[in-house]
Amino acid sequence: MITFTINGIEVQAEKNSSILDTAKFYGIDVPTLCYHEGLSPSGICRLCIVEVTERGKTRIEASCVSPVREGIEVMTHTKRVVEDRKLLVELLLARCPSSKVLQDLAAKLGVERVRFNLRYEDCILCGLCVQMCREQMMAGAIDFVNRSTERTVSTPFSMKSEVCRSCGACMYICPACQLRCDGSEAHDAVCGGCQNIEYPCLALSNEVMCYLDPCAGCFLEKEKEV
Amino acid sequence: METFDTLEVDHIIEKYGSDRSFLISMLHDVQAKYRFLPEDVLRYISHKLDIPLINIYRIATFYKSFSLTPKGKHQIRVCLGTACHVRGGQRILDSLERNLGVKTGETTEDEKFTLERVNCVGCCALGPVVVVDKEYHGNMEVSKVEKVIEKYS
Repeated sequence: MITFTINGIEVQAEKNSSILDTAKFYGIDVPTLCYHEGLSPSGICRLCIVEVTERGKTRIEASCVSPVREGIEVMTHTKRVVEDRKLLVELLLARCPSSKVLQDLAAKLGVERVRFNLRYEDCILCGLCVQMCREQMMAGAIDFVNRSTERTVSTPFSMKSEVCRSCGACMYICPACQLRCDGSEAHDAVCGGCQNIEYPCLALSNEVMCYLDPCAGCFLEKEKEV
Repeated sequence: METFDTLEVDHIIEKYGSDRSFLISMLHDVQAKYRFLPEDVLRYISHKLDIPLINIYRIATFYKSFSLTPKGKHQIRVCLGTACHVRGGQRILDSLERNLGVKTGETTEDEKFTLERVNCVGCCALGPVVVVDKEYHGNMEVSKVEKVIEKYS
């Protein structure tokens, strides 16, 4: 067993397990996108970044691919990490604004605007479909092709692959092709559809406890004031 | 019916003991032999080594030294790194494009030359540099371009 600390709490983990697995085991919520229990971690999306202090040096690591080490200090929600995560989601959202998974992540992490040009692409290159095809379906029909800005997920020679069984697992796991959120066409790309519903409790009764977190109604009020 | 000599490819595969971890070396040999990676050869290697075709295709599209379209007999690489760029590398490239009648990245119709631009060949003092196959031509001038082409045609 290896002993180290997460957010100041002493934790223990099996050798060769990842920081992310340990954090999840202890109930610490580290946001992830390209991580899936049934697939080997790839460290592509970088959303699971944490701050790791080892021998006096602090650096940011993707927790899903970082093995636990004796005596390290892991911080999952420092200002630096939270800001970096928000920027990552912002970039992903600019690439794929209609993805419900990304919109939910943005809402969860408190991303309120996208400062980049919207691209409306179909793929965020998270690699989940590639791994699903290879590891769970044992097919190996798709993979990344080309490099840098031309990188895409494709079949050999962009033709229908002979080993593809059309099982649809790649589409099932894809965070970008899942059910689109067609909320109001927000000019800043952060979906505001749900916020346009009038909430019954607020302003009408002070006695009702608001169960929304963060409270959407209060958020709207604040917007008006600004 | 195969469109290539299976014996030749077999020979390349056996040279590396049919070990799939030598895939990139095998592809280098195929590239050297055919001057590109023919689709049928890739399919054959995939079948022989029992690795998914997509794994080979991924490598073939990732590295710049592999090409899926035929390349010319001689490869002309024009350096446009900072030093060569400042010393007029772009003019050399333009002149080569005009002389060969192709754009950067293309191959001439007689399959003699492929023109490419690269971002530094590590001899900035000689800039602007043009590398043909493995021969370096330093201090290039537009007036020397035709001479260089003639040397190889």
